[in-house]
Amino acid sequence: MNLALTITGLALAWAAINGNFSPLNLLFGAAIGLLTSLLLRRWIAHPRVMRRLRRIVSLALLFFWELNVSAVRVAIIVLTPNIRSALRPGIVAFPLSLTTDREITLLANLITLTPGTLSVDVSEDRRVLYVHVLNLKDRDALIAEIANGFERKVQEVFE
Amino acid sequence: MISLLLTGLGCILLVLGSCFALLGAIGVLRLPDLYTRMHAASKAGAVGGGMILLAVALVSFDASIALRAVIGAVFLLLTTPVSAHLLARVSHRGGYHTQTIMFIDELGAPSTSKESVEQ
Repeated sequence: MNLALTITGLALAWAAINGNFSPLNLLFGAAIGLLTSLLLRRWIAHPRVMRRLRRIVSLALLFFWELNVSAVRVAIIVLTPNIRSALRPGIVAFPLSLTTDREITLLANLITLTPGTLSVDVSEDRRVLYVHVLNLKDRDALIAEIANGFERKVQEVFE
Repeated sequence: MISLLLTGLGCILLVLGSCFALLGAIGVLRLPDLYTRMHAASKAGAVGGGMILLAVALVSFDASIALRAVIGAVFLLLTTPVSAHLLARVSHRGGYHTQTIMFIDELGAPSTSKESVEQ
């Protein structure tokens, strides 16, 4: 939280010097403040905060990339002349290693917005996430892919 | 110069976003059952809508409009998966899964018709 305070302070200072407190200018000031704290991170920020910030950014980048891949893939399936041949739908039980509601919610939303997968339900004991797959080839490979990709990243962000 | 660049980028995003929205709509029409349709509606829809909102943010040249458009895109990305998730879950609980094409269904009732209709 040390970092958040530093950035807020720097953004306010930026706006005061500019004499312009519009939201966009404040946001710009915060961006510059963030950049400054990144450059001076050894002296200002707590290392754990910086590591977490880096993980959030890395998760966000992975998410936007996968989202675009997913939209293109759905578009290709939609335009296939024989649509049934491109489909092999099924519901797969994904064993969760995340425990809190917050983490599971984030993972479920990420899964829905990524290629070929859609969260359907969570079991009562929060151990299993049921995922609908558009084109199921290898059940175990899919589970490994989610576990090593998004699940690990979500875990890193919240640890 | 920079305004020309922003306008150009905004136009590209607008056209791309419209294409994705159109493809999402075609997907809802062409795909065989609710679950596969939700794939088209949630992904292509969210990306299409998000791109159009970002285009608005780029071409408006107004900080307050741009900020609201970006916030709109964020909320679109937050809420679309929730509604897709809810529709899929409700239809599965309502027993709709027995009449759809599905190769395995690990959520469904045990033993009864795990292998569904193949077309």
